[in-house]
Amino acid sequence: MDARLLSFRSEAAVAVRSAAVSAEHLQLSLKAHLSQEERTLTLSANKSPADRNEDLKEMLESNKESQKLEAMKRVVGLIAKGKNASELFPAVVKNVASKNIELKKLVYVYLVRYAEEQQDLALLSISTFQRALKDPNQLIRASALRVLSSIRVSIIVPIVMLAIKEAAADLSPYVRKTSAHAIQKLYSLDPEQKEHLIQVIEKLLKDKSTLVAGSVVMAFEEVCPDRIDLIHKNYRKLCNLLVDVEEWGQVVIISMLTRYARTQFASPWREGAVFVENDDKTFYDSEPEGKKEEAEAKAYAMDPDHRLLLRNTKPLLQSRNTAVVMAVAQLYWHLAPKQEVSVVTKSLVRLLRSHREVQYVVLQNIATMSIQRKGMFEPFMKSFYVRSTDNTHIKTLKLEILTNLANEANISTILREFQTYVKSQDKAFAAATIQAIGRCATNISEVTDTCLNGLVLLLSNRDEGVVAESVVVIRKLLLTQPAQHGDIIKHMAKLFDKITVPMARASILWLMGEYCERVPKIAPDVLRKIAKSFTAEEDIVKLQAVNLAAKLYLTNSKQTKLLTQYILNLGKYDQNYDIRDRTRFIRQLIVPGDKSGALNKYARRILLAPKPAPVLQSAFKGTRRRRICAKSANCNNLRRLADRDRFQLGTLSHSLNSKAAGYQELSDWPAVAPDQSVRNVEVLEPVNEWAPPVGKAKPPKSDDKFYSDEDEQDEASESSSDDSGSSGSSGSSEASESASDKEDESSDESDKSSADSGKSSGESEKSSDGSERRKKSAAKKKTGKAQVEKCHAADSDSEQSGEQTSGSSTRSSSSESGSDSDELSAAKQQMNEVESKAKVQKTAEKEVSLLDLHDFFPAPANTSESSGLSSNLLADLEGLSLSAVSSSSTTTPVTSRSFVPVQSYDLLHHMSGKGLSAKYHFPRRPCLYGSGTVAVQVTLSNCCERPLEEIHVGERGPAGLQIHSFNTIERLDPEASVTVSMGIDFNDSTQAANFQLCTKEERFAVFIQPAVGELLTPCGLSETDFCKEQSQLRGMNETSATVAVATNDMSGQGVARRVLSVANVGAVASSESHLHRFAARTVSSGVLVLVLLDLKEEPGGGAKLTVNTEKSVMASMLLRDLKRALSQA
Amino acid sequence: MRFVGSGSHSAFPVYWQHHNLSTKPESAAEMIHSVFLINYTGDIFLEKHWKSVINRSVCDYFFEAKEKALEPENVPPILQTPHHYLINIYRGKLFFLAVIQTEVPPLFVIEFLHKVAETLQDYFGECSESVIKDNLVTVYEILEEMLDNGFPLATESNVLKEMIRPPTILRSVVNTLTGGSNLGDTLPTGQLSNIPWRRVGVKYTNNEAYFDVIEEIDAILDKSGSTVFAEIQGVIEACVRLTGMPDLTLSFMNPRLLDDVSFHPSVRFKRWESERVLSFIPPDGNFTLMTYHVSSQNLVAIPVYVKQNISFMETGPCGRLDITIGPKQTMGKTVEGLLVTIHMPKAVLNANLTATQGNYTYDLATKVLVWDVGKLNPQKLPNLRGSLSVQSGAPKPEENPSLNIDMKIQQLAISGLKVNRLDMYGEKYKPFKGVKYLTKAGKFQVRT
Repeated sequence: MDARLLSFRSEAAVAVRSAAVSAEHLQLSLKAHLSQEERTLTLSANKSPADRNEDLKEMLESNKESQKLEAMKRVVGLIAKGKNASELFPAVVKNVASKNIELKKLVYVYLVRYAEEQQDLALLSISTFQRALKDPNQLIRASALRVLSSIRVSIIVPIVMLAIKEAAADLSPYVRKTSAHAIQKLYSLDPEQKEHLIQVIEKLLKDKSTLVAGSVVMAFEEVCPDRIDLIHKNYRKLCNLLVDVEEWGQVVIISMLTRYARTQFASPWREGAVFVENDDKTFYDSEPEGKKEEAEAKAYAMDPDHRLLLRNTKPLLQSRNTAVVMAVAQLYWHLAPKQEVSVVTKSLVRLLRSHREVQYVVLQNIATMSIQRKGMFEPFMKSFYVRSTDNTHIKTLKLEILTNLANEANISTILREFQTYVKSQDKAFAAATIQAIGRCATNISEVTDTCLNGLVLLLSNRDEGVVAESVVVIRKLLLTQPAQHGDIIKHMAKLFDKITVPMARASILWLMGEYCERVPKIAPDVLRKIAKSFTAEEDIVKLQAVNLAAKLYLTNSKQTKLLTQYILNLGKYDQNYDIRDRTRFIRQLIVPGDKSGALNKYARRILLAPKPAPVLQSAFKGTRRRRICAKSANCNNLRRLADRDRFQLGTLSHSLNSKAAGYQELSDWPAVAPDQSVRNVEVLEPVNEWAPPVGKAKPPKSDDKFYSDEDEQDEASESSSDDSGSSGSSGSSEASESASDKEDESSDESDKSSADSGKSSGESEKSSDGSERRKKSAAKKKTGKAQVEKCHAADSDSEQSGEQTSGSSTRSSSSESGSDSDELSAAKQQMNEVESKAKVQKTAEKEVSLLDLHDFFPAPANTSESSGLSSNLLADLEGLSLSAVSSSSTTTPVTSRSFVPVQSYDLLHHMSGKGLSAKYHFPRRPCLYGSGTVAVQVTLSNCCERPLEEIHVGERGPAGLQIHSFNTIERLDPEASVTVSMGIDFNDSTQAANFQLCTKEERFAVFIQPAVGELLTPCGLSETDFCKEQSQLRGMNETSATVAVATNDMSGQGVARRVLSVANVGAVASSESHLHRFAARTVSSGVLVLVLLDLKEEPGGGAKLTVNTEKSVMASMLLRDLKRALSQA
Repeated sequence: MRFVGSGSHSAFPVYWQHHNLSTKPESAAEMIHSVFLINYTGDIFLEKHWKSVINRSVCDYFFEAKEKALEPENVPPILQTPHHYLINIYRGKLFFLAVIQTEVPPLFVIEFLHKVAETLQDYFGECSESVIKDNLVTVYEILEEMLDNGFPLATESNVLKEMIRPPTILRSVVNTLTGGSNLGDTLPTGQLSNIPWRRVGVKYTNNEAYFDVIEEIDAILDKSGSTVFAEIQGVIEACVRLTGMPDLTLSFMNPRLLDDVSFHPSVRFKRWESERVLSFIPPDGNFTLMTYHVSSQNLVAIPVYVKQNISFMETGPCGRLDITIGPKQTMGKTVEGLLVTIHMPKAVLNANLTATQGNYTYDLATKVLVWDVGKLNPQKLPNLRGSLSVQSGAPKPEENPSLNIDMKIQQLAISGLKVNRLDMYGEKYKPFKGVKYLTKAGKFQVRT
């Protein structure tokens, strides 16, 4: 009992103690909390800033993460408010290596702000960044570089330089982008580094990622805008990438390209030049015949690169970003042929719906444009009508534009609109309207009288400002209209008493003086009035009073002699020296008698000389300034200042109408365009689309060079012509030309072209005649079979005419075998492919097997042979692809296929297709339609009794997927089938490509859904390269799983076959038997995908499967597929 | 006059500065140097510099211009100072002021500042001084991410939200308890992909896609009620919450109506050009899919007519006002949210009116008369009439004030635009889809 009691007691004691302890804890924590609260309270109340910082220091040095964070937040708050927090530097910098990302970021923010002031301490943090620069996480690498380069301490320049160089070669485009930003920062820190930085810029300019393009061009503009030569090679790539660059980059690239184009292309604005688009053959035709002078006189052929720029920027007019739209608008304004500029009008008008600041800038630009090109904006006149809710700047600008747009046809509408404005409550605006009316009146003589009468009516307006402005404008109008307007002058004289605005009073006085002979009775009276009030007048009025007195003295000295003398006496003692000067001068001039009368006899001629009428011009051309400076000597100088259109549109300088710092003049067009071949990416043979090669002697051939207007063609043709060049002999020109033609059309109609070329090949002379080739009618009655037979004939023809290159021998052999209609299109495709690979494959028998759809099993490949030239081609094509391809030198794309799955999928069942059935499969070969597209072969069969006609692809599904369809099959006989190939750019996603398969009568919605493994293309890596790449793709980019591999086939080949059955990857030679490595790139963006299968992992069938790629979604899908394939028994 | 003065005054320092710059290339600076946020009364409550610190005294030039302009809307957006250029926007009673040093397209800066304002709005639900002050550190971090060395870096709100999570009440509670952060600790996938506007790994239990077709009628009607100018501007606002990487295609019954369009960057322009359908992988959440302008050949239906008579006595301190509004071309729908705003001349002291429907207020300070009518009943037309008292001795106002009209018509796109269908590719589930139409008055003005 006792014992039990005792134990109870002790238990209770323990409980009490623990309660007490926890209570204490609670109190403690409460207290701590309270004191913190108190601190903040008292801090904000009345402690000195030093104390406050002491407190923060304490918090920063505490070992509680949350305290530090709280402290840093307050520190950053201080910075944001613009307060000084520099003395906390030592306490803050300690936290730079913190694990807490938020804390770290705040420390970064702090460092960037204060590092410059505390250089020694800042250096403490550098090593942290250097470490972070090597981090596997690209975001951390990038942010480390961002902060490091933002620390403006000159000692670290070499470190930053090194970091930039490394980052510029980083695999991640995001890091490369950051390095482009860092270039500018380093340049402003140490301009000495310019040369090194230019090297980096040069390297980054070659980058194919859309992410990098904008930033590097920005760096270019910043560091070396004069090195235009760096752009040449990248010009076409930039043009092609442009649409996919982010908005801000677009603005920068467009303005850089504007500058570039003005130095590189001939002016499209030549006087009297007949504009001839480059697809016209006349220009080149006339050349060999020696009619050069004629060609020069009438034809201007736009450089295709110039055209490329215009064409690729046009879609950007639809951008939501107003800066982009404006950038395109100014590009068209400065670069496009005059008749094309108006495409930008609508978009500019659209911008007027945007924020008032945007409106302001856009209206300024439209105002400048509308002076030179009324027609552009006239249809949109009503969009410039002023609303009462517009603010003053906008109103004035709209008024300006309306005035510019006024012509005989619309003047009545505009004047009616102006009548509303004159009554506006905003008097400044009303006054501006009156000026505008004056301008309309002088510009359009039909309405001068109407306007004048209207203005006279305004003279009785109640508002003084309005009246004054009217007087000033009427004065100008009267000058331009030397007719009898005595009534108006009299009317104005009456108003003289009421008007108090100096400018208006001065104007009336001037008018009186000028026309004093027309109003002989009134003028002296006005002079009398002004003499009375002379001392109280403004200077400008006094000057005119002196003027009036002088003129009246000369014309009517009898009545005004005394008055004049009185005024001259007042002027003589005026406070203003101008007036004293003027008075003295006038007195010497007009008062006879004294010895200095040499000029006296000319006084009348001097003062009363007929004056030229003023030109009322747009303020955007400088009227306002000119009016004021009319009497000043350097009028010209000022006038030039006022001409806004001397500035490039859309620039800050244009908006300010004065040259802003760093403004670069847009150069004039060069008299003769510099060599255009500098832009060719491959300079092996400077031949491109529009300049027929010298080697070709047959003039008629040249015109087939001009038919196509695809963007990509020149590059494509270049590459193919390079290839043909590399294939050697001149005798092959025939073949190479047809190859290049196919390349040209490959983007949309390669099948057709090859078929048609076949048809025309009967006469080998015409085999490459483009116009012939495009005749589709002849093909109508031929079955696919016939077409392909011809196609082969064409090739053997060209072979006969040429020599026995390896490639053509391949084709001749294939043509022999090509009698089965099933094989036909495969053959066609194969041929295209062979040609595009520059005919290096020598394995003729193997080709035959490849042609056979039903026997697609291992086509032995010769990697080393094919990769050399085709990589050359691919590299060229990559220039066109929009995605980020970081091709490192260690990897070469493997174009050979070691395995092609037989599996084909139903595209359209013959029941639902009303007789038409379609199946598709993935042939796993590089697609002819471009490096980013996946080749798909579709076999179409006719299962009904009647022939099917016009089988083609109709509407296509989701827009991101580019579908290169096959050419229309004119006729498919019953029981016949044909295989065609398509190219689909799946954008590395497994979403289905939807399209319609149409016959003449019916359309069927079908879709092709790729397995993830088909979106890959094998790439050859060595084992070491594989490991290296893999080590860079850890973390987020690694996905792995354990697989139960079916045990019956553990041999290397068996595993490899299973992997290959689901994914188009290339096996990597492995030194360890339990490790199987496979490497591939995604077709569309070229991202590396690495697969590692470790069979050793767990005994008893368990294997570890690892996929490394930046595309994590693909990785998980691929993993799933592989898992399934491997575990199947 | 003023124009000339300021121009010639500033010309000299600029040339001088330019000369100076050409010898010192290191001064060639980035695009946007600093940003100041300034409230209505002229307090700078946030500053952010991307390079060396520019003293806030640079804003004095701005304050001077603000002083001169009287109304904040009248402050010139672009100002020149001896060493810097100031570009400002005014939005939600706040000025966003960017300081720049060298030539840069002004729209670039203006557009960016608006983007900042929109981002803040997106993050905090509103973009006001108090909200920014409450979230000062977050705003500062957002600015840090949006601009690198003066060049825009991450401006897509989807990307930003992955790096800096927007505050929610729940999270802020959790954060205070755990000391957690509202900073993303994962990679923003969008920034690194070819679809920068969408992040990877979006998941929803309810997959929905809503589209609001909103059309605004901009019109100027003259005294007699005839149309001086009218056009329709439309916008399609989308709210898409779909799992994965959906690829959407939106087609219209009558796409020919659309004259001029601008798109969200996700829209594939080529497909629009060839097929007139909108094909896009949407951003996650709310965004503006497209804006359009209805071709001007189509006559614009004006939904209401206004009979008005406003007159001021030539002598004597009063005037009369009589306004009646009736339905005109409403396509059988009800006009709602009818609101008439009149900016009275300064001389009008007070208004003594009676409204048959709704109520009116007259703000003595700003001289704005607002009549909130509400729903328009075709049987009993709303009317507002009565007298205006005018300051005695003041001259009769020159111009009658114009009426600004606001209204809404639900379930109607006044241009007749109709969405045909929305298809989704790339994902397997069935999303819930919805389209709503709304017609509003834009800048709808009746001159009197």
